[in-house]
Amino acid sequence: MTNTLEIKNLSKSYKDFELRNVSFTLPAGHIMGLIGPNGAGKTTIIKSIMNLVMKQAGEIKVFGLDHQSDETAIKKRIGFVYDTPNFYGHLNLKRLKGVIAPFYEQWDEATFTDLVNQFGLPMNKSLKKFSRGMTMKASIALALSHHADFLIMDEPTSGLDPVVRREMLEILRGIMQDEQKSVLFSSHVTTDIEQVADYITYIHHGRVVFCKTKDEVNEGYALVKGGNELLDADTRRNLIAVRSGQFGFEALTDDVQSARKVFGDSVVYDKATVEDIMFFHNLKAKAD
Amino acid sequence: MKIIISNSSSQPIYQQISQQIKAQIISGDLKEGEGLPSIRKLAQELHISVITTKRAYEELEKEGFIDTVGGKGTFVAVQNKELLREKKMKSIQDMMSEMVTEAQKLGIGLSELQEMLSILYGEDDYHE
Repeated sequence: MTNTLEIKNLSKSYKDFELRNVSFTLPAGHIMGLIGPNGAGKTTIIKSIMNLVMKQAGEIKVFGLDHQSDETAIKKRIGFVYDTPNFYGHLNLKRLKGVIAPFYEQWDEATFTDLVNQFGLPMNKSLKKFSRGMTMKASIALALSHHADFLIMDEPTSGLDPVVRREMLEILRGIMQDEQKSVLFSSHVTTDIEQVADYITYIHHGRVVFCKTKDEVNEGYALVKGGNELLDADTRRNLIAVRSGQFGFEALTDDVQSARKVFGDSVVYDKATVEDIMFFHNLKAKAD
Repeated sequence: MKIIISNSSSQPIYQQISQQIKAQIISGDLKEGEGLPSIRKLAQELHISVITTKRAYEELEKEGFIDTVGGKGTFVAVQNKELLREKKMKSIQDMMSEMVTEAQKLGIGLSELQEMLSILYGEDDYHE
C-alpha cells in the first residue's frame, strides 16, 4: 500500500503558537479526519502541506514526492477545498470553470457536467448568490474534474445545515469507491469525522495527541463512571483524566482491561465518543 | 445478504459483520460461489470505514468461509460439507456448555436437564 501523505517531524513556530514534531501518515484509498479544538494547528498543518506557509523543520511528502521541490507535479493531483472558497463572486459557475479549466491538463469536461448535475448546481447563477453548501459542492466538483487523487479540505462541513452536511459526507463516500483517491479533512465537528473517517488524527496545542484508525479509537477508549469514593492515586493511574462531581465521577481510559481489573463491577463502562476523547484530553492538558 | 449494525452494541463492528455473514453461509442463505460486495461498496453502504470491512473479510477468509480472487472480487468459498457440519456441531456444543453452566448455577442435576431437553426435543416418552 502506498502512502498519499507522509509528514515527519513538521515544526513551525509563530509568536504565540507552535507546531511541534507533527508526524502522521495517510495510506492511499483512505479518509483522514484532522480534529482538534480551534487554534490547535489544523489549518497550519494543511497550509504547510500546500506550501502556503513555510515550514521550519521536518519533511512532507505527497504521493512520495517532496512538497516543495515537486510542488507543481503534486498540485496538479491535489484538489484543495478552502473553508471559505474565494471565488470571483460576480462570475457564474460556467464562467468560473472557463477560468479554471485551462490550468489543468487533466481537465475532464464530462466529469464536470456530471457532477454539476449530480450536485444540482445552477450554471448561470452568480456565485455570490450561492449558499454555503452550494459553494462547497462547487469546490468539490471543480477539484474532482481535474481528476485530483488527493482532496485536502479545511473545515468543509462547518456552517452547513445537517441535511447538506449529510449530502457532503455521502459525496465523500462515493469518491472513496476509487481506491486511488485519498481525503484529508479538518473539522471540529467530531460527528462528521466519526461518520466518514478511516483514520483520526487528533491535534492539540500544535502536537499530535494520537493518529489511529477509527476502530482503534472506538475500541480502545471507554468512559468509566462511578462513585467518588473509588478514586485514589492508585485507581487514577488507569484514567487519562477525571471529571468529578457532587454525585460521582466520569473518566476516560485507554486501557479498558486494566480499568476492569481495578474497578470490576463497581462502576459503569460506556462507549467514548470522539468528543468525549477530545474533552478529556483537553482536561488532562489543563491539569498538566 | 443482510447486515444490520448496532452502534450501541459492545461487540466490535467488524465482528458483527463477520458473524452475520458467517451465519448466512451456515444457514445456506448465502450459497457457494455467490459474490459478496467489495470492501469499499460495503463500507459505503454501511457508513463505516473500509478498514473495518476489510478486517471483517480477512477474518472470514482466515476461517475459510470466503475467498478473495484478485481483480475479480470476493466469493463464498466452496464449503467442505464435513467441515461445515463440524462448525455447526461446535456451535451447538458451545450453547450446550453454556446451558450446563447455567443449570449448575441453579443446582439442576443431569437427569432433570436431560428431561427438560427431551421435552423440548418432542420426545416426551423419555421415561418409558
